[in-house]
Amino acid sequence: MANILVFSEKDDVAAELLSGAARLKGGGKVAALVIGRDAGARAANLFAYGADAIYAAEADFQPDVCVRLLCDIANGSGFDTVLLGSTQRGKELAGRVAQRLGAGCVTDAIGVEANDNGLLASRYSLGGNTVSSELVTTARKVVSVMPRVFPLAEKQARTGQVETVTVPAGAARVNLVERREKQGESVNIEQAERLVCVGRGLRQKEDVAVVQRLAKALKAELGCTRPLAYDLHWFPEERTVGLSGKKCKPALCIAVGISGQIQYTMGVRDAKVMVAINKDKNAPIFKMADYGIVGDLYQVVPRLTQAASAAG
Amino acid sequence: MDFVVCLKQSVDLQQVRIKKETRTPVLEGIPFVFGDMDRNALEEAVKTKEKQGSGKVMALSLGPAKLRETIKDALARGADEAYILIDPVFDALDSRGKAEALAKALQKIGKFDLVLMGEGSTDNYSGQTPGRVAEILGLPLIAYATQIELGNGKVKGTRNMEDSVEVIEAPLPAVVSVTAEINKPRIPSLTQILRAGKKPVQEWKSGDIGLGTAAPKEVTVVSNLAPVEQRKQIIFETKVEQDVTSLVDALTKEGVWQH
Repeated sequence: MANILVFSEKDDVAAELLSGAARLKGGGKVAALVIGRDAGARAANLFAYGADAIYAAEADFQPDVCVRLLCDIANGSGFDTVLLGSTQRGKELAGRVAQRLGAGCVTDAIGVEANDNGLLASRYSLGGNTVSSELVTTARKVVSVMPRVFPLAEKQARTGQVETVTVPAGAARVNLVERREKQGESVNIEQAERLVCVGRGLRQKEDVAVVQRLAKALKAELGCTRPLAYDLHWFPEERTVGLSGKKCKPALCIAVGISGQIQYTMGVRDAKVMVAINKDKNAPIFKMADYGIVGDLYQVVPRLTQAASAAG
Repeated sequence: MDFVVCLKQSVDLQQVRIKKETRTPVLEGIPFVFGDMDRNALEEAVKTKEKQGSGKVMALSLGPAKLRETIKDALARGADEAYILIDPVFDALDSRGKAEALAKALQKIGKFDLVLMGEGSTDNYSGQTPGRVAEILGLPLIAYATQIELGNGKVKGTRNMEDSVEVIEAPLPAVVSVTAEINKPRIPSLTQILRAGKKPVQEWKSGDIGLGTAAPKEVTVVSNLAPVEQRKQIIFETKVEQDVTSLVDALTKEGVWQH
């Protein structure tokens, strides 16, 4: 039996965590913490995913505050297990909450199940070469779970009283000087049915047009690996696919000039059909592709674009 | 200002092969290297020290005996001195145990203003160490820094998060974890590599940092195997025209080409 407290700054991920927690609790109770200026309004919706209690803190999101609240609620209300969404914001809390609670911890879990000896979580290891199964045997446990690992449960007709929590004075050790919301293009490539992704195989910014044409001909969204957005700034950050970017599940994904580091592949492991185009036949991306062409993208992509235009 | 940079050696992942029959990784004989983001953390410390014109950069690492060799890379890249934690007892430690050992070593080093590390290791990318070390030492943490600025007894870190860009300020001493975007680590020159061998390295065992036998594990790795590959891995490698035709045929049969 486990009493589980879940937290994600993203409500859809929190709903997934509640759905997963329902399977893991084995007779225990499940609760969620919601933090944000509009926490009260958002919190009530989560009862539908099986929460027995919801705590809402109407405050700016701050890691220090979040760690403090999670630990206070876990200690005060008898939760032995904390499930976090393994987003950037969720993952940074994991080690800290675990250390404070004396809990064993696994981050970036891609599978979690309860067995007689504890919680068994799986995660990628050795740079994505392997998947390790890790058994958490401590009385208290902290696991950060990748988005989309737990399928969303059917909504239940369930309501409850949201419990308001206040942030204790002195909870924040650091001072938030500035927060600028990003002005995104507001594309949501996570919902794309088709995705063309490009990586460091692209030689220069001007060549973005080469893959853009393929995406257009295929009526696909365009995504990229992290360096192309964050280092080279050829793409807006919203188009980054991967561990620290978007997690997509298209019917078709074509990876162009991408070597296949885990940083990227974690974002497309749910693609139905995976295609790789790369000039290095030893590139790891071919190991996770259904179909691949070993060749120069500058030769292959224009021809594929032509075929796509003819078909569409 | 004095910096301690925590680094983790792991086998060079580019060289890891998988034994097909057993799906086990073959790690024997592969050289150890520091993680990519560890190098970013080190570069940031060295760069900042150079700009300030005073202070020192200490490298701190825990790992198997090969670390005596690996640590020279950190010294070649600009660390002034190094502390290495080598003891068979450490081999049995999990994330908490290693964080506690690093924290003990930091307490023994005593005087530092900033602890820097990568946001995650290259091999496991578990990302627990910065948070655990900060909690044990009771220090503030700035995670995922893409830029840092020091002054007036404070560190200001810029964080590029999914939805926003944040600037966070913490009093020193503090722990900062960095992402790959923070800088481009230098390639050491031959002179720097040669000079690295002469820089001071302090080696500590478990007892030296006040730890006894290994703390019981909280998390046990039950298995660590290459995933069973579900992908078809059909590779076309003839002439471009032919390959594209073959691919389009295959995708048409899969029912994902029509659009």
